[in-house]
Amino acid sequence: MLYHAEPMPVDVAPPRRAATGRSAVCRAAGLTLAALARLLSGASVRWIASQPDTCQRVYFANHTSHLDALLIWSSLPQPVRELTRPVAAKDYWSRGVLRRWLAEEVFDALLIDRTDIKVHQSPVDLMLREIGSTRSLIVFPEGSRSVTGDLGEFKSGLYYLAKKRPDIELLPVHIDNLNRILPRGEFLPVPLLSCISFGPPMWLEHGEAKANFLARARKAVQALKE
Amino acid sequence: MNDIRTIALIAGVLLLLTVATAVGQFLARHPDRGLDPAAVNAFNLRLRGWWIICTVLAAAFWLGTTTTVVLCGLVSFWALREFITLTPTRKGDHRALFWVFFLFTPLHYVLVAYDRYDLFSVFLPLYGTLFVLARVAMAGDYKRFLERTAKIQAGLVVCVYCLSFAAALLHVKIRGQEPGSGANFRLLFFLILLVQFADCMQYVWSRMAGRRPVAPEVSSTRTWEGLLGSATSTALLAAVLWWAAPPFEPWQAALVGFVVAVMGFAGGMTMSAIKRDRGVKDYGTLVVGHGGVLDRVDSMCFAAPVFYHLTVLVAGQ
Repeated sequence: MLYHAEPMPVDVAPPRRAATGRSAVCRAAGLTLAALARLLSGASVRWIASQPDTCQRVYFANHTSHLDALLIWSSLPQPVRELTRPVAAKDYWSRGVLRRWLAEEVFDALLIDRTDIKVHQSPVDLMLREIGSTRSLIVFPEGSRSVTGDLGEFKSGLYYLAKKRPDIELLPVHIDNLNRILPRGEFLPVPLLSCISFGPPMWLEHGEAKANFLARARKAVQALKE
Repeated sequence: MNDIRTIALIAGVLLLLTVATAVGQFLARHPDRGLDPAAVNAFNLRLRGWWIICTVLAAAFWLGTTTTVVLCGLVSFWALREFITLTPTRKGDHRALFWVFFLFTPLHYVLVAYDRYDLFSVFLPLYGTLFVLARVAMAGDYKRFLERTAKIQAGLVVCVYCLSFAAALLHVKIRGQEPGSGANFRLLFFLILLVQFADCMQYVWSRMAGRRPVAPEVSSTRTWEGLLGSATSTALLAAVLWWAAPPFEPWQAALVGFVVAVMGFAGGMTMSAIKRDRGVKDYGTLVVGHGGVLDRVDSMCFAAPVFYHLTVLVAGQ
């Protein structure tokens, strides 16, 4: 069991750093990379029964490519983008100076240790502490990139996130065709066209069982594929 | 003299567009005229496309030959993007596709820009083809090998190679004209005008007199009557506008117009067959929000090489 079974009191601390605290160089690098990713992936953005908003949200998406988080981040409007932090794997993104700089300084990513999960420091608590009462998250509930491009089973983190903070809007996101642009194991992109769909927000229903909720969330992402 | 012809051509097209836009807007505001509102809408959309094409062309004309070649290269790149996005590829094709997009396509247009007909006429059909075969083989995935390589090769030839002949028109040496002068731009404009006009006429003739579809399984709106009608009308228009296209006599212009219309029809049929196979209507609807560049240039892809070679044949020194 990776996570606490019962909800823990969450101390809502101010975020580690204000959104505007990043240096000008990092902001410029972020904007450049976002523009480059948009150009390369030819991404068209759809908001289906939802609108971009600066309210606190958790965007959960299918994971097929390294570009996923960057692309979701770049398709949000600037004010929303400033408040949104991607959640990424520490074992991958803290390796090497460049990756660490990109993750920590440019995208202000929240790095989660996948390999060493302690009982008293669960990733969900860490996420909730880091986002405080203002910031949003991008998460990939499948846990790792899908090899085939099909949507895998969701891990339970999303459920605990929803349970501890039932006020946060959960927004399903579907990323189409990006696995052909930069598949797992490749480092050179092929500039095909992709599409990002943001769906209507959902919440954990009162008393909803974990398995039901995760199945519903998975279906919400799948439904955006059409 | 040259510039007077160019200006006359541009002014004529602008006048035509303005009148057509006024009519289109009038029809859109008065839906009670008994006309199909969908057809009016399609007409207005097409007109908007025309305005964009004319603006871009005019800009390219003022900025020079190289800019136009680069512009054509970008259109090719985008069309290839749509083509490959639509065609299912496997992971084993990834590396081959990378080089196709970032090496072969740009390099081909560099050769076009430097007017190296001896090289660009064989670069993609020969070396591009060989490269795709070898690179996909080396990726180690042999499943449906010929089918997969053929898809990439078809995309390269149609979207990049064929379309680049439109840009190559700017380097054709015409008797008694400076290379790269207004005459070459008029030639390019003449081609675009004929292709678009043939497209419209095909639609109109099929709509008015269409009885027998050429291949109902592929496209129910492309008929023999549409093909013949558009070829004849385009030949007439070309004969009337022969003065705009430098090397042609009126009868030669008419012949060119006829051939361009037939080739444009062939291009439309080809893309329809691919789209039908993939179960989509427009390349644009594949990814929501994109205009569908390939839908706009499919006739041009097939008509440009023939137009180029006919021009060289007639204008050959």
